[in-house]
Amino acid sequence: MSLVDCYKSLEGDYEDVVGRLRSERLVQKFVLKFLNDGSYDLLCSSLEAEDYKEAFRASHTIKGVCQNLSFTKLYHSSHELTEALRGGWSPEAAPLVERVKKDYEQTVAAIRELQAEVGG
Amino acid sequence: MSKEQEFKQKILIADDSEMNRSILADMLESEYEIIEAENGVEAIACIQKHGPELSLILLDIVMPELDGFGVLEVMNRHHWIDEIPVIMISSESSSFHVERAYELGITDYISRPFDAVIVHHRVVNTIVLYAKQKKLAALVMEQIDEKEKQSSLMIDILSHIVEFRNGESGLHVLHIRALTELLLKHLNRVSDKYRFTQEEISMICIASALHDIGKISIPGEILNKPGRLTKEEFETMKTHTTIGAEMLEKLSFHQEEPLVKEAYAICRWHHERYDGRGYPDGLKGDEIPIHAQIVALADVYDALTSERVYKKAFPHEEAIRMICNGECGAFNPLLLQCLNEIADTLQENLNNTKTGQIDEQELQDILEEKLQPKDNPASERTLQLLEHERMKCSFYASMSEEIQFEYSVTPPILTLSEWGAERLGLPELIMDPLEDERVTAIMDLEEIKKLGDILHSTYQKNPVVKYDCKANIGGEARWMRIVVQALESSEENPEYTGVIGKAVDIHEARMRLDALEKLASHDTLTKLLTMDYAEKRIRERLAINTGDSYVLLLLDVDNIKEANDSRGRMFGDQILVHVAELLRLNVAELDIAARISGDEFLVLTKGRPGEKGAAQWIMSTLEGEYEGFKVSVCVGAAASEDVGADYDKLFKEADKALLMAKRRGAGQFCVYKDSMMEEKDL
Repeated sequence: MSLVDCYKSLEGDYEDVVGRLRSERLVQKFVLKFLNDGSYDLLCSSLEAEDYKEAFRASHTIKGVCQNLSFTKLYHSSHELTEALRGGWSPEAAPLVERVKKDYEQTVAAIRELQAEVGG
Repeated sequence: MSKEQEFKQKILIADDSEMNRSILADMLESEYEIIEAENGVEAIACIQKHGPELSLILLDIVMPELDGFGVLEVMNRHHWIDEIPVIMISSESSSFHVERAYELGITDYISRPFDAVIVHHRVVNTIVLYAKQKKLAALVMEQIDEKEKQSSLMIDILSHIVEFRNGESGLHVLHIRALTELLLKHLNRVSDKYRFTQEEISMICIASALHDIGKISIPGEILNKPGRLTKEEFETMKTHTTIGAEMLEKLSFHQEEPLVKEAYAICRWHHERYDGRGYPDGLKGDEIPIHAQIVALADVYDALTSERVYKKAFPHEEAIRMICNGECGAFNPLLLQCLNEIADTLQENLNNTKTGQIDEQELQDILEEKLQPKDNPASERTLQLLEHERMKCSFYASMSEEIQFEYSVTPPILTLSEWGAERLGLPELIMDPLEDERVTAIMDLEEIKKLGDILHSTYQKNPVVKYDCKANIGGEARWMRIVVQALESSEENPEYTGVIGKAVDIHEARMRLDALEKLASHDTLTKLLTMDYAEKRIRERLAINTGDSYVLLLLDVDNIKEANDSRGRMFGDQILVHVAELLRLNVAELDIAARISGDEFLVLTKGRPGEKGAAQWIMSTLEGEYEGFKVSVCVGAAASEDVGADYDKLFKEADKALLMAKRRGAGQFCVYKDSMMEEKDL
């Protein structure tokens, strides 16, 4: 799977990211790095521990990274989750957590396919 | 490290996401040396470590430990923000966040998602701008210096011409200027009423050189007449004030220049006197502009201490005395005070002052004045007051030999007073002090936590806590008294934000007290506690440990009277010492043993199985032989389980039981319960 296809599959904006970061090589490097980012695990564990301050921060970080990489779909859901967690736990957060999980899985699956292709 | 890298400027990237940091680092690392921090506390530590070596900070807002705003607040507190530009990068796009960040002094705000090229340009621009600003500041300083030098040179030449006619050396003008400057600066220090900026001081000093320009039109015969002037001649002489003023007034240009205005006042009124008896206008008190008053005083002092055609030079002390006595006319008491206060160092200063040249520090001051916003004149005054307060505090702190400190919870920073830092051998600012081994080596972490717990549990009712503990100071364990006050945020629901406090060395006092207490609390013969002190300790013990069961034992050594009678008092005493020794060796650490009188002893013991058990234990412990004398005791016992944890009750019942035991004969014991039975029987 090529980088363009990967973006298609994770529903991101390939044109945008290459436009901003100016280098396909860089984009690919950071996209692959996304797999090692600990923020998602931190989000899950802090939600488990009901530490919503930490969960807010983790979600905020995911959102920031997605913004940088133009992972549009995951950006939207993590953005909404961040806002829902800003003041602590809120009922709206529950369905958003599920959405973030789903989108994250989709994103990671796409990147893994890219990784298999380029042997990262 | 390659040579090229050595000269790379440093950029600190503070962001909790490794991804975000590396995207930025990737864009910049070819031109800059990148330092990374993954939270606010780390960022502060980096700034502390690298200081002004950092050319720029890229700062995220949402971070653990301490967020970006927290970092900016610390940077403001320590004025780092004046030295190091900060660009904030965040996905927070609300105007609240952006505004707050700018208020805290950031140079630029970049929203996510960012464009690599734009970030790169902004980084480069910011760094270049800052460098330019620093260069410009240096340039402006040079310019001011150059300008000042030239204008004072012109004025020196001009006033020299005047003095040349006057037959004076030219030193007069230099002295007046130096004196004026010293007086002005001192006035600034002591008075709230007058406040001269460095720029004003420099201008008044230049203007002071012009005070006698009117003399240019006074005939030489009068000017240089060795004897006393006639009334008429004196009237002519007096006109040098108005003529000088007129000369300035008639300048066809520069009328609005502050220098010309100052010089006008100085020329016209430097012979006025505070009581209105001067000339030419007979102005009185504060009608005379303050700078003219100052130049007048300087003029008189220099005239007295210099040789003139009509007089010899007076010594410095004599001149000061004459001025203060009013022999040269009346002056503003405040200025006389200034003159007196600078009198001791005046001569030295006059000789040392390189007149007409401003030093580096003054130049810096002028520059800072120029850079200050003009719309808030109070701010400089406030800053000065603050600086004054700070100096006062640091002075008192060093005089009081107290280690003063401040601790803030977020970010966790310990700030020590200068003296305190030196005494402890620590830096004045310590991040994360509880994690810092240099701190915990001085005060045990347990002790710090204990103090923290006390503070946390009481600060709402009682914000000030006193705490005595041992600390390791200069390699020596010393008793310190720590007094701290909790600080609260000023919000509606105030939160604990930190403490201010001091630590005082009470080691000597404490040692003396301990020695005295030991002396007062121990019996001289047996070295056991005295009755009074044992009572105090027991009451304390009973008051704290309400749950435990205690047994109070009273013992009476049998046949001491016989021992005294048959083998002498000394031997009787030896037996008592022997018993005391056995007691000391055998009671548990937390038990209390005391001699209450003559041959009676007391033991408070914990956890023995009932009163009977305790009594039997003590009897078997003490029974035996001492140099052919059979040692035995009678014992009375009472347990807190039975009579309550009350000293008076315990003592009364044990005493009663002892009486019963003694009735039964030597080597007997009686416990409270039995004594009750027996009482009933009697």
